[in-house]
Amino acid sequence: MTHPSDTGPAPVLALRDVSKSFGAVRALRDVSLELFPGEVHALAGENGAGKSTLIKTLAGVHRPDAGQVLLDGEPTVFHGPADARDAGIAVIYQEPTLFPDLSIAENIYMGRQPKRALGRIDHKATYAATLELMRRLGVGLDPGRPARGLSIADQQIVEIAKALSFDARVLVMDEPTAALTGSEVARLFGVVRTLRDQGAAVLFISHRLEEIFEICRRVTTLRDGAFVSSEPLAGMTEDDLVRRMVGRDLAELYPKQEVEAGAVALSVRRLTREGVFTDVSFEVRRGEIVGLAGLVGAGRTEVARAVFGIDRWDAGEVEVDGKALTNGAPSTAMAAGLALVPEDRRAQGLVMDMSIERNIGLTGLRTTVKAGLMDRGAERSRSLDWAVKLQVKYARIADTVSTLSGGNQQKVVLAKWLATGPKVLIVDEPTRGIDVGTKAEVHRLLSQLAADGVAVLMISSDLPEILGMADRVLVMHEGRVTAAIPRADATEETVMAAATGRAAA
Amino acid sequence: MTVTATDPTPVSEAPKSSGTRLVDRVLRMRELAILAVFLVMIVITQLGNSEFLSEQGIKDLLLNATILVIVATGQSLVVMTRNVDLSVGSTLGISAFATGTYLQGGGNPLVAVLLAVLTGVGFGLLNGLLVSLGQVPALVVTLGTLYIIRGIDSIWVGSRQITAADLPGGFVGFGSGGVSAVPWLALIALAVLVATAYYLEHFGGGRELYALGSDPEAARLAGIPVRKRILAVYTFCGALAGLAGALYLARFGNVDSGTGNGYELTVVSAVVVGGVVFTGGSGSVYGAALGALLLTSVNSVLPALGVSSVWVLAINGVLLILAIAVDRIVALRVARTLEKLKKRSARRG
Ligand SMILES: Nc1ncnc2c1ncn2[C@@H]1O[C@H](COP(=O)(O)OP(=O)(O)OP(=O)(O)O)[C@@H](O)[C@H]1O
Ligand SMILES: [Mg+2]
Repeated sequence: MTHPSDTGPAPVLALRDVSKSFGAVRALRDVSLELFPGEVHALAGENGAGKSTLIKTLAGVHRPDAGQVLLDGEPTVFHGPADARDAGIAVIYQEPTLFPDLSIAENIYMGRQPKRALGRIDHKATYAATLELMRRLGVGLDPGRPARGLSIADQQIVEIAKALSFDARVLVMDEPTAALTGSEVARLFGVVRTLRDQGAAVLFISHRLEEIFEICRRVTTLRDGAFVSSEPLAGMTEDDLVRRMVGRDLAELYPKQEVEAGAVALSVRRLTREGVFTDVSFEVRRGEIVGLAGLVGAGRTEVARAVFGIDRWDAGEVEVDGKALTNGAPSTAMAAGLALVPEDRRAQGLVMDMSIERNIGLTGLRTTVKAGLMDRGAERSRSLDWAVKLQVKYARIADTVSTLSGGNQQKVVLAKWLATGPKVLIVDEPTRGIDVGTKAEVHRLLSQLAADGVAVLMISSDLPEILGMADRVLVMHEGRVTAAIPRADATEETVMAAATGRAAA
Repeated sequence: MTVTATDPTPVSEAPKSSGTRLVDRVLRMRELAILAVFLVMIVITQLGNSEFLSEQGIKDLLLNATILVIVATGQSLVVMTRNVDLSVGSTLGISAFATGTYLQGGGNPLVAVLLAVLTGVGFGLLNGLLVSLGQVPALVVTLGTLYIIRGIDSIWVGSRQITAADLPGGFVGFGSGGVSAVPWLALIALAVLVATAYYLEHFGGGRELYALGSDPEAARLAGIPVRKRILAVYTFCGALAGLAGALYLARFGNVDSGTGNGYELTVVSAVVVGGVVFTGGSGSVYGAALGALLLTSVNSVLPALGVSSVWVLAINGVLLILAIAVDRIVALRVARTLEKLKKRSARRG
């Protein structure tokens, strides 16, 4: 295939003056976008700016209210996702859309499996092709296992593999890296570059600005559903980009306060869950933020779940303020002052069909129930309070959370748990899918909580976030804690070395 | 695809074959469990009553299961897509009577069976259209058609009755005949079962039913024609209920306006006992067939052991609850296995 020159070819896919509303919410207003073959194009904007809506318009999920979708310069109407797919557009949606009961291989090839004689599916070829995709992405997921129970990161990897399996001319990726760590991202970018060099057009969304600068050539920015600009990234700084997105300058992204650590609040000793993690010991003191780093699959989330009591542990003990927690009992953990913000907001964090208000209120039932009756007024004011603190963008607080953008859903999960006023707060990927502006706000909040004496354990795949916020960094590798690095010594190199098992520990 | 990796670093560890087709192994485990329960029950009964497994005894067991197996096969496809068809009993009843009426007038038996299937197809289409187009839950829609079809049946049939004497001898003979202990009807059921299972496993349309039940929204995004598939599944289920009607007539030779009344509950029980879960996306028709065999055998086992048949319903209930408990336990165990597998395969260079 030919490489595009700057005078270059016509856009493969374009939007012209597209608008889309959901009821009173104008998610897109006269937005235009052009995707050229052989370029990686970034789409930037705050949470709720309309990025996912734009992508769903390209994917045939939403039909624009006004404006046109142009395919090879010709106005086109996609009647559904199948139309867009047949036009050579592969899409990775922000929320993984897998079939939990089916194998990874079937998930990837559903609807277009390799066939044998008489139209029968060639299961072997499907398996082999999936294995090859996994190899290209450098992951060891078994194509035959069901998608149920995959971590968010692994789900994203399957979604990426699915998108790659199309012989797509246009690859659209809505925050594919949100749950991935550096090494998986590097792999993904390697594959994306190859596709780009072969002439594919790629649209890429990420709230990690450094990724945008690394892989993209041009960027289109949206603000509140409106088109702001479309320009080359060369010569732009991160601050320039943030100003386009937010319309103002940003405060410090990692506003970490120095806090004198107090008594031990959370103590985990020799915790083991067979085959999952082994001999995990650590302490978190009041006022401390401890970062838990590691590659995808290192067992970080699993440790958090066991500590909170969602999964049972096989050996070891967990204490909060010197009092031992019961194995496998989240209610006693909550009563002891523990809170866990889970990584999977759709499956564990939120009741999607309930209102924002009720979702935030759920954890506070203990305090808002008076004489067996709900105090709806108390619930509403509490929820409003937190929604404002975290800058949740919504039309009405009584709307269901399913109508929120991905990042705003994440804020609701955070609000729900912060509202419990915990003594020990475990946050698993707290800023997954959250925009830079709010990220700074979440960091400020976490730092403030620590200053108020809360012990914070923060799991994050975003290494700069760990380095910027943690007083101490624990690193896990293959189910074991391989290093505990004080803030002063924590660098990208030391953490990555321990995470990949290269450290002498 | 034409792309080759930029850096061909090999994955340090190839996926373990232990996880290969884990999905299938679980399904098989579930089916083997029912088979085991069934065999234990048969052995115990045989020990208590040596007459039980005579040639006629085996034939009766198979004959009793046949019709339920056929209807349960159709029903399990519907359940896999997170829907349900409660109208199968009514459809069976009305198509049995239609077949009988036609044969009474001297019709050709093959055409009669075709007529029964077409009657089922008609009602299946109706169900499918209502479920896939309207935003009404399948439970409500098919409860409605259950009564509508039963109503039409009652008005049309009135107090009339068709008995074996009204039917061609060959037709009735076929219903109870067979090669030694294996009835013709059982062979028909087996053919339907095997063909359906093969389709589900080896054809795109079949796999899409699992996908659809597993996550309807993801299915839509994957470009699966959701409405078309649901329509097809209901039509198929109706067709099998119709076929079952014709076979019912052949076997019992006796139909009236009450035929098939309440049958839908037996069918749904068989499907659930067989491991086809109501949350969709999993289970197999072999499981459902085994469930049907198990439930109908209880009917023969109790009298053979000299236990009053009033216990049948209670035992069916216990089996149902046991099945659900087993599903739950299996789900938990699988989750645990997957977790360990994931650890092993997540370790990458
Ligand atoms: N189905 C829907 N019903 C109602 N409102 C919706 C729906 N989908 C999106 N919206 C609204 O449209 C706006 C844009 O949402 P969108 O998901 O496109 O944002 P986004 O830019 O992808 O944000 P994020 O970075 O958080 O993912 C938001 O205000 C959101 O609440
Ligand atoms: Mg989004």
